[in-house]
Amino acid sequence: MSQKIKDATIPTIPLGARIQRWIGRNLIRIYAIFAFTYLFIPVAYTFVFSFNDAGKSNLIWQAFTFKNWQNPCGAPEVCNALGNSIKIGFLATFFATILGTMIAFAIGRHNFKGRSASNLLIFLPMATPEIVLGASLLSLFLVFKINPGFWPTVIAHIVFCISFVVVTVKARIASLDPRLEQAAMDLYANEFETFRRVTLPLVAPGIAGAALLAFSLSFDDFIITNFNSGTLTTFPKFIYVSAARGIPAQANVIGSAMFFLALALVIVGQLVNRRKVR
Amino acid sequence: MAKASIDARGDLRLTRLTKTYGDFTAVDDLSLTIQKGSFFALLGPSGCGKTTTLRMIAGLEEPTAGSIHLGETDITTTKPYQRPINTVFQNYALFPHLTIFENIAFGLRRRGQKDVKEAVEKVLNLVELPHLAQRKPTQLSGGQQQRIALARAIVNRPALLLLDEPLGALDLKLRRQMQIELKWIQKEVGLTFVHVTHDQEEAMTMADTIAVMNEGQIEQMGSPADLYDNPETAYVANFLGQSNLIKGTISGNDGDSLVVDLYGQKISLPKSRSHAVDNSTYAGIRPEKFRISLLETPVRGNVLSGGRIEDVSYIGVSTQYQVEMPWGQELMVFEQNDDGVAPFNKGDAVNISWEPTFTFALRGDEDVTAGSEVQPEDLDEE
Repeated sequence: MSQKIKDATIPTIPLGARIQRWIGRNLIRIYAIFAFTYLFIPVAYTFVFSFNDAGKSNLIWQAFTFKNWQNPCGAPEVCNALGNSIKIGFLATFFATILGTMIAFAIGRHNFKGRSASNLLIFLPMATPEIVLGASLLSLFLVFKINPGFWPTVIAHIVFCISFVVVTVKARIASLDPRLEQAAMDLYANEFETFRRVTLPLVAPGIAGAALLAFSLSFDDFIITNFNSGTLTTFPKFIYVSAARGIPAQANVIGSAMFFLALALVIVGQLVNRRKVR
Repeated sequence: MAKASIDARGDLRLTRLTKTYGDFTAVDDLSLTIQKGSFFALLGPSGCGKTTTLRMIAGLEEPTAGSIHLGETDITTTKPYQRPINTVFQNYALFPHLTIFENIAFGLRRRGQKDVKEAVEKVLNLVELPHLAQRKPTQLSGGQQQRIALARAIVNRPALLLLDEPLGALDLKLRRQMQIELKWIQKEVGLTFVHVTHDQEEAMTMADTIAVMNEGQIEQMGSPADLYDNPETAYVANFLGQSNLIKGTISGNDGDSLVVDLYGQKISLPKSRSHAVDNSTYAGIRPEKFRISLLETPVRGNVLSGGRIEDVSYIGVSTQYQVEMPWGQELMVFEQNDDGVAPFNKGDAVNISWEPTFTFALRGDEDVTAGSEVQPEDLDEE
């Protein structure tokens, strides 16, 4: 450690310049604090009001309680709606991830007629307004005499999740060095072994990311679900309906729990990754 | 399971091998035989077809025409994983998700070998990195990755080991060291090495036989000394080191020697070193073969008089001179700084002399700049 030497002959930097320098150094931090505050105020609000002893309406702070957390299914229908959302989310994620990954490999790795057209078309469900997609899916189901409900909702979710999976996985495939697969083939691995031992493990983080994205998209989708689910209640639908007469504090509990679960997943993922690199 | 790899050993024989991409011919009717156990280099600038040739041997590229034989077995259409051939890739292509141990064991495991530990440890010792077995490739330096890539290939004891610019990504000092090590390892394991490079010094250091490639064809093939001392074309003369090429006319025949008239001055050279097809020729002499002397000093051998020193650069081990000749051409001369003689000065009037046996003669219709303008520096080809 060096001792600071006071020396009167060293000219001091004027105050204005020092302030300017301090701002220059810290501007990005100040901006980051504002941005994160802006992003997290709603989350914090949800979390705080999950401890509100609210009774019917959870709009005004009444008293602190753990009651809502101890009994998250306390409000009528809330856990049923949550269960439906999770089921739909898992099914949609499962199929969208498999189908989307296969499409991503086809577009990312093979040259075929209509490749660029497929590449473009795969973006369309992402670009289409949800309200249009939801309404047209409903009319399509009705044409085929399929009543809205659980499975039509799953199918509808798969439709819009696939695009996101394709885009995410394709990006990972594009960053994959084709020489690694050539090296595997050179080292006596046939096509299948090469895919299983080299390609898939290297693309896996992309696929996992795509699955998480698909699940969260499916889980909180309201518009398309509302058209195609009929009488089935999902979590977003439950919130929307109860908003009219006051959202129960249990909804805040579930919302907060989802947030922390997602956060935990991201942190664990980061830790695992870091260990892998090391 | 992978289909069992072909158990072929012996010389590698390429017969009329051709690869075209649309209108572009990357490899043009190439035939050559690489002897079992040799260290063979394919040398040439970017885009000369050397990497494409290597990839066809590995099975990563399908030939448009021609055949590839290993010993008596035709492997032209077999898959890369069926060939007893392994490659050290230019960027090493180590599997980033596997440990060094698993990277090296990859080929052994794919061929169904159960107990790989001993073989992997042995080869890790050979490349002197046994302590890195449990690391991941990204944690290794470039030089270490290079050795692991080599270990991953030789552990399979292939009939043929292909090296695609294996030292291209290393710095100069490390490259020199690896050149010596590679050569040593090749002797140690006794495998056939086929080495693709754009670096003539690298090829000359390591290879027993070099094939100089140009535009998809072999320009000349031979031992490093053969290629350097007796190049058959201007391309080879310029690509391997530097050459002074002087326009002349073959004017006579004297036993085993030819007499060549260079702008009115007669020199001689051995017939065996002439590749001229008629009387017109370029006489070639390497810069270090020249001797400079002041006008009054007696000299022997071939002499060109009337030179004037234009430029002097002191390099340490040698001094490089530019000598302007009466016909306007500037000749390059490298003099070793080993004789205690004071260097010549700019403006000195000098004679240039050399041993006739150091002369080679090229065809008179050659492009004297061929091969000299290609900068071997840029690496990424094809």
